[in-house]
Amino acid sequence: MAVAVVFLGKLADLSGAAEASLPGPLDWAGLLEALPPSLADEVRGERVRVALNGELLAEKTALRAADGSEIALLPPVSGG
Amino acid sequence: MRDVQLLAKGFSPGKALGLFAKAHPDAGGIASFVGKVRPEADVKVLELKAYPRMTLPGMEALAADVEARWTLDGLLIHHRHGVMRPGAPIVLVAAAARHRRDVIEAVDFAMDHLKSASWFWKREKRGDGWHWIEPREQDHADLSRWA
Repeated sequence: MAVAVVFLGKLADLSGAAEASLPGPLDWAGLLEALPPSLADEVRGERVRVALNGELLAEKTALRAADGSEIALLPPVSGG
Repeated sequence: MRDVQLLAKGFSPGKALGLFAKAHPDAGGIASFVGKVRPEADVKVLELKAYPRMTLPGMEALAADVEARWTLDGLLIHHRHGVMRPGAPIVLVAAAARHRRDVIEAVDFAMDHLKSASWFWKREKRGDGWHWIEPREQDHADLSRWA
């Protein structure tokens, strides 16, 4: 099993892929460590929000992703 | 009646609006808004990325919020994602109710929230490649009208 990481918006360009699969379980420190440094810096920034299994986290540093779960990294929206 | 859809392919706002009107024969008024890809000199296509797992539930939650604020007979929100050409429809919002003010305000509110508080990311393909569009200050100002 693994944890799926979905990169939205320009984060997909920075990662070079729309999705990645990382070994689980995964916490915030583990996630940042697994990402390329430039992407980790961006994700650490206060403008990027994090969802776990479709639910927005109030505090992203409290991330605890179990095996089989899905993390979404959400930059500011620019829709409509 | 609530009709909320996240669409991956092109759609006809006129047809959807016609069906919506037909479904609400007793409404005293229907207001609608159609948002389109603005034709601009250097923009070849526009892409809206969604995260359907959150984008669609977010649109449903917005619809519930609208229904709680205004007395409506029906509410329709259809929003595209994917690649669109200039002139193509992106979004259709329509509301039906007994009274005019309710439907006009409901559509205005829904559009302000779709623009600035929904899970969509926009990029444009220009002559020199793809460019992500950053959030606009104006969109946040529009949102604060309803606070």
